[in-house]
Amino acid sequence: MNLPTFLGGVHPPEGKALTENKVIEILKPSDSREFVYPLSQHIGAPCSPVVAKGDKVLAGQKIADTEAFVSAPIFSAVSGVVKEIAPRMTIAGSVDPCIVIESDGKYERAPSLLDELGHKPTPNEYLKLIRSAGIVGMGGACFPTHVKLSPPKGSVIKWLIVNAAECEPYLSCDNRLMIESPDEVIRGLGYALEMFPEAKGIIAVENNKPEAIRTLQEHNTNPKIEIMPHKVKYPQGAEKMLIWSVTGQEIPVVPALPADVGCILLNTRTSWHICKAIEEGLPVMERVVSVTGDAVNEPKNLQVPLGISVRELLNACGGFKEEPLKVIAGGPMMGLAMRSVDVPVVKGTSGILTLTDKLAYIAEESACIRCGKCVESCPMHLEPTLLDHAVRRRDYASFEAHMGMNCIECGCCAYSCPASRHLTQSFKNGKAAVTAERRKAAAQAKAKQEAK
Amino acid sequence: MSTKLVVSSSPHVHSDFTTRRIMGMVILSLIPAGVIGTYFLGLRALFVILACIIASVASEWAWQKLNHRKSTICDLSAVVTGLLLAYNLPPTIPIWMAVCGSIFAIIIVKHFYGGIGCNIVNPALAARAMMLISWPTAMTTWSVNGISGPTPLAAMKAGSAGSVSYWNMFIGNMGGCIGETCSLLLILGGLYLIWEEVISWRIPVIYIATTAILSALFNHGGAFMPCSEILTGGLLIGAFFMATDYTTSPMTAKGQYIYAFGCGLITALIRTWGGYPEGVSFSILIMNVAVPLIDRYTEPRVLGGPKSNFFKRMGAKS
Repeated sequence: MNLPTFLGGVHPPEGKALTENKVIEILKPSDSREFVYPLSQHIGAPCSPVVAKGDKVLAGQKIADTEAFVSAPIFSAVSGVVKEIAPRMTIAGSVDPCIVIESDGKYERAPSLLDELGHKPTPNEYLKLIRSAGIVGMGGACFPTHVKLSPPKGSVIKWLIVNAAECEPYLSCDNRLMIESPDEVIRGLGYALEMFPEAKGIIAVENNKPEAIRTLQEHNTNPKIEIMPHKVKYPQGAEKMLIWSVTGQEIPVVPALPADVGCILLNTRTSWHICKAIEEGLPVMERVVSVTGDAVNEPKNLQVPLGISVRELLNACGGFKEEPLKVIAGGPMMGLAMRSVDVPVVKGTSGILTLTDKLAYIAEESACIRCGKCVESCPMHLEPTLLDHAVRRRDYASFEAHMGMNCIECGCCAYSCPASRHLTQSFKNGKAAVTAERRKAAAQAKAKQEAK
Repeated sequence: MSTKLVVSSSPHVHSDFTTRRIMGMVILSLIPAGVIGTYFLGLRALFVILACIIASVASEWAWQKLNHRKSTICDLSAVVTGLLLAYNLPPTIPIWMAVCGSIFAIIIVKHFYGGIGCNIVNPALAARAMMLISWPTAMTTWSVNGISGPTPLAAMKAGSAGSVSYWNMFIGNMGGCIGETCSLLLILGGLYLIWEEVISWRIPVIYIATTAILSALFNHGGAFMPCSEILTGGLLIGAFFMATDYTTSPMTAKGQYIYAFGCGLITALIRTWGGYPEGVSFSILIMNVAVPLIDRYTEPRVLGGPKSNFFKRMGAKS
């Protein structure tokens, strides 16, 4: 069978067997405990608290928001009292301002967003509702969805693609969501299609999820939506790869956006949330997390209230059966290694992956042997080895000339490197350095202009 | 949980390909040809192989020890160099010459340029070229079953059709270097490496095809003998095991096509009009030197990017 795919990429061991058949379990601790909400859970401007210490809050009540367009409000998932607003460690390992809520274990609900609206929303109001529900890209990047759904004026959206590839090994939260609530995922995309009447809806799923594909196909009654199976290859779910394999179009180099080629991509959970926000006025306050890996006792898919400690998730899975070497927020290819498990689950936490020293790879770098495996595997068709040399001698001009800023940090090069070179890490550094240089240059230019 | 967690950049998993495993697979794919070489050419071939390997590994170890560098002998690349050099020597070569060649390959060709991954030409081939110039008689004297004589390729060059049947060429029962005679096992070894994705098909297939077709076109030896061209001399070992050396071959598919074609062209030219009967070593060495340039001109086009023109972009920057 000739399924759509892209050029490059790798085939890491899937590891999905641990959780792909685990029905989503609901974890809702009924005793009093702390829930922590970092003020920045998305790409864009951080929120400011709209509650104060000592305030009583309800589940689904907005606790932080901002005026900025590229941003999304944050909701409490529990009822209780605001204990403090203080810096706490987040899942990314940084210490950021957080709202800490002492829950009462009752989960008393705040009035829904629709109650505030007072009527059934019309397609014109969807966008506003999506923003006020705090919906972001739930795959991990957390880009605010209402921004994605407001493409620049003049761009014609021809494709709305639900990215259900879930190409990251080990994770199966999207897979389970498609099997257990296919209608919401399909209807969510349907509502988005109402906003773009000329667009065609695609749900792109990797072929290693046959049950999800079958379920979606059985439940899909919308003629504008097509379920499209894809070849299994990492990183099929990367924006540019998926658009290429679905539409055959290349997104021009950065800073071009999917909208420039008429595409908008939504995560599976995001589509589900769009449906829930429009039909029930439900804000983002829960999510499904795959707790998996070879160090945890009983891998599970858990539906948890946001703000809960990762440690609680691990406890719900029977704790560790072996000493973990790494605990990762997300999948093994792009996830972040965590410093501590006493950090809260946020909107973008798709998985908690625990790896022992048998699976987590830590090896000393050796010299590049120019084998070209990185070049072959790079889905962006870059030459990682050249870029790596450029970053290491801090030759950022050469890094840019070799198009290093287009690296999507998927990890294919480092995964396949026989010399264990830390290629992805090198490019993250290179991109950060170039961005910093550009910012500095822009500031200097601005200062110069003001001086005139 | 008492222990500390390790925090490092993604990706957190890795393929099971390592430099050492790759070198191990190359060695494995080369062993059968050496065994059959020893069988046809005598036990002395085995001594030459061992001498080259030991000298290569020892000189790498000693060089790194003297320079206070971390030893890399465990990555097995020195073993591969020694093995390939031995396979390109006649079995009658004095052992001390083989040792000199190995030391030259490792210290001068490999480590003077920075060690594994940094050499600009293939160490084993450069050493062979050095030996061919330094000890021409010892390097071109072959004997099969105690009778010394020219190799089939040299015979073809001299104008005689040669007395070796295709079958004997195919299984390696003829004069030649230790590891280059048995076409069958070299092809099998090469196919194993392609199957394991250690090397790609591009360089060997295009190199061999170019040599065969061009030699036929150049009408070498007054006869059309593409089969003999392929089965004799160092073409197979060169195409499968030497031209595919990672460090000294291009990294992009497009670059590999150009490089393999160049190797084939130069081999055919040398075999037809050159002074030596054999052209594989020199053609690979010449193309090795061209690799940085080929790499520059064949930089792939970034997905969604403009047509790749590195020089233009660099020019625009400065």
